[in-house]
Amino acid sequence: MASTDTPSRNRRGTFIDTLSGLPWWFFIILLGALFLAYSFFVDETYSDIFIFLKDGVAMTIRVTLTGYALAVTIGLMTGLGRVSKNPVLYNVATIYVNIMRGIPILVNILYVAFVVTPPAINGINVLGDWLAQINLLGPENVLAVLSVRQVDFSVRGTIALAISYGAFEAEIFRAGIESIGRGQMEAARSLGMSYVQAMRYIILPQAVRRVLPPLGNDFIAMLKESSLISVLGVRDMTQLSKLYAASSFQYLKTYTLLAFMYLVMTVLLSIGVKSMERRLSTND
Amino acid sequence: MTDKSQPIIILKNVDKHFGHVKAVNNISLEVMPSEVVVVIGPSGSGKSTMLRCINHLETPTAGQIVVDGKVLSHKGKDINAIRREVGMVFQQFNLFPHLTALENVVIAQTVVRGRSKQEADRVARQQLDRVGIPEKADVYPGQLSGGQQQRVAIARALAMNPKIMLFDEPTSALDPEMIKEVLDVMMQLAEEGMTMVVVTHEMGFARNAADRIIFMNEGGIVEEATPDVFFDNPKHERTKLFLSQILH
Ligand SMILES: Nc1ncnc2c1ncn2[C@@H]1O[C@H](COP(=O)(O)OP(=O)(O)OP(=O)(O)O)[C@@H](O)[C@H]1O
Ligand SMILES: [Mg+2]
Repeated sequence: MASTDTPSRNRRGTFIDTLSGLPWWFFIILLGALFLAYSFFVDETYSDIFIFLKDGVAMTIRVTLTGYALAVTIGLMTGLGRVSKNPVLYNVATIYVNIMRGIPILVNILYVAFVVTPPAINGINVLGDWLAQINLLGPENVLAVLSVRQVDFSVRGTIALAISYGAFEAEIFRAGIESIGRGQMEAARSLGMSYVQAMRYIILPQAVRRVLPPLGNDFIAMLKESSLISVLGVRDMTQLSKLYAASSFQYLKTYTLLAFMYLVMTVLLSIGVKSMERRLSTND
Repeated sequence: MTDKSQPIIILKNVDKHFGHVKAVNNISLEVMPSEVVVVIGPSGSGKSTMLRCINHLETPTAGQIVVDGKVLSHKGKDINAIRREVGMVFQQFNLFPHLTALENVVIAQTVVRGRSKQEADRVARQQLDRVGIPEKADVYPGQLSGGQQQRVAIARALAMNPKIMLFDEPTSALDPEMIKEVLDVMMQLAEEGMTMVVVTHEMGFARNAADRIIFMNEGGIVEEATPDVFFDNPKHERTKLFLSQILH
């Protein structure tokens, strides 16, 4: 009995193992996507919604791209500050990172848009007047006459996102730089390079390869979180969906399409990040 | 430029302490141009720390260091100026993994010496030739053997036309069959009149290449002598004990 029983159970075991090892989650998502795509095709409401959301897609992409470019720039500079031996740079960078990591992005968006922007514009006006006084710029220059109303909420939202994400990117850059062995800096310095030259030619080129995948992941995260700027009334995908749903009462279809659109964008991007990760690891 | 009758390296009562650890303790040493000084001593005796003080990879806690007539002050631009005259070769090679062998030798020439790309390229190929691996110019460090990597590292230092070369256990991370190819390059350098300070456990190299051997223990210099005297007639008990351990 036992001798015939065991092999057959083993055979069933491997079959079940194979089955359960398949990427079912992917099939199920794919199936859902196909079903949705089919409904979009047959149901005209969806194409109405999509046409309404189109400008929002452009806004979402624009906010994400500019916000991200700013965030990476802030992150690189702050990351360099975080590994600096200069106490002023180190402390300024560390204060910024710790404050931003402790504030919800939504709160930061509100804060930048309504609290920081007006005095910041005043400051720019004062600067413009001063530059006019010392005759560097004309009396009616852009800086002097800029008014708070001219600074669009999409700009404020983008800056707020960049400030929040800059802190995350800074920590990614810091970790990347610190992952490069001490010997690299010592070898560069022993050849007579300055600290800045060693960073520029030896440390950063190596660190960048290591930080690209996490930076890519943050790009995806930022694409999703850009939906938060809809609280400012910025007409991104999310805001336009809210407007459409409220006026048409098509809550289910509007928000389903909205979610689907974010999902498609992020899944495509994460496939891109994965393949970049693979390419970088084979290059090592 | 460099006065052959004056020491090119002077250490005067140099201390380097890490907290309670006196890694280097009141060391005074003078090295003449073209002299080859081999430093030996047990692990933790401060050999690396002393070597790293010479090009200021470590800042001395006290004392004075003069290299090529320039006093190493605590900070400032002159440190880079001195480092460019002092080549250093590390135990772990420390090649730049994102650059080919040739680019490893080129980069500091262009960035630090301000040489044109073509000029740096020419010098780099010449140096790779000198260390015997001209055919590896376009290979990345990851695809080189340890011995080849270390020879690229030597070429990289030599391309800066240093007046002094510091070696910190350059063969300790190498498989036995690769040690010779690196020592041969160093021997050739010594014969060409390069000023060298070499920390090594290779007693054959010490005997053949050194003008002077320095024995360190617990952060200080215990004994210094010519190779013949050092190996055949050591004065101090500590030296005798160390030699008996290392020579079996
Ligand atoms: N960065 C550092 N921080 C703290 N202690 C250090 C540091 N570098 C060296 N030391 C200590 O200083 C002492 C001398 O170290 P050093 O590396 O100069 O010795 P060494 O003679 O080169 O030894 P080895 O033969 O093992 O390389 C050791 O006790 C070591 O632990
Ligand atoms: Mg050592």
